[in-house]
Amino acid sequence: MNDLYTWGAIGLVILASTTGDVLLSYSMKRVGDVGELWKQRGMLVVLGRVLTTPTFALGLGAMAVAFYSLLFGLSWGNLSLVVPASASLTFVANALAARIFLHERVGRRRWIAALLVAAGVLLMAF
Amino acid sequence: MPLTFRKYLVLAGITIFSTAGDSLLARGMKDFGNINLSLHNLPGLLLAIVNPWVAAGILSLLAFFSCYMSALSWADLTYVLPATSLSYVLVAFVGHFSLHETISPMRWLGIALIACGVGFVAAGPSLTHRHVPPDQGSHEVATAPVSREAQS
Repeated sequence: MNDLYTWGAIGLVILASTTGDVLLSYSMKRVGDVGELWKQRGMLVVLGRVLTTPTFALGLGAMAVAFYSLLFGLSWGNLSLVVPASASLTFVANALAARIFLHERVGRRRWIAALLVAAGVLLMAF
Repeated sequence: MPLTFRKYLVLAGITIFSTAGDSLLARGMKDFGNINLSLHNLPGLLLAIVNPWVAAGILSLLAFFSCYMSALSWADLTYVLPATSLSYVLVAFVGHFSLHETISPMRWLGIALIACGVGFVAAGPSLTHRHVPPDQGSHEVATAPVSREAQS
């Protein structure tokens, strides 16, 4: 039963952190290159533009959900299962979500990178 | 478009600040022992931020978040995430050198795979799809599209 809860929490971490990453990435692409913006208009304009992007707040909320799901997951399962499992599967989920929702061109090179990193993170548990 | 030195610094900042933040927080929370999550412990948890390790950890994580948002403003999510995954390797080294944890052969293999992944993505393009910000469309549109075949 605890296993079910643990994997449920891991699934929620993956879902929430992927949602958060996609929303934050989308928001920052809308804001534009913050380095350029900072040089041209100053820090306050950058902060103002980031904080007034509605999807930014949604993304932060999703990240908070992911963080608390991770805490709950850790209370049910082992650290050495929960952290690597959720982190490595999040890499794969992010590649899928970025392709579908952000229209990023996830070519062979990026798929290999995502899978190598996911496998590597998983091995860090041993 | 190749990345400028400043942009590489931002990517390095993500890697270093996230590692530093997690390590400092972990070190700081050791001063508090095991904490049960209940309202009874809330004052203790709030006091945790005056612990210098925890405060430094929070500052580091704020710096991490700023660098992360900056990178996402000019690079793809599927570029930034693998490119900064060396933080997992750094955490293992911090554990090895400051907490004297051992790095098993499986972990060394994991470190090697992550390093290969970083090399793979870093050699490719950093941005494949350009969103046009609402009020600066004029000079942002003129970028050559990257063909699907060219980068796979």
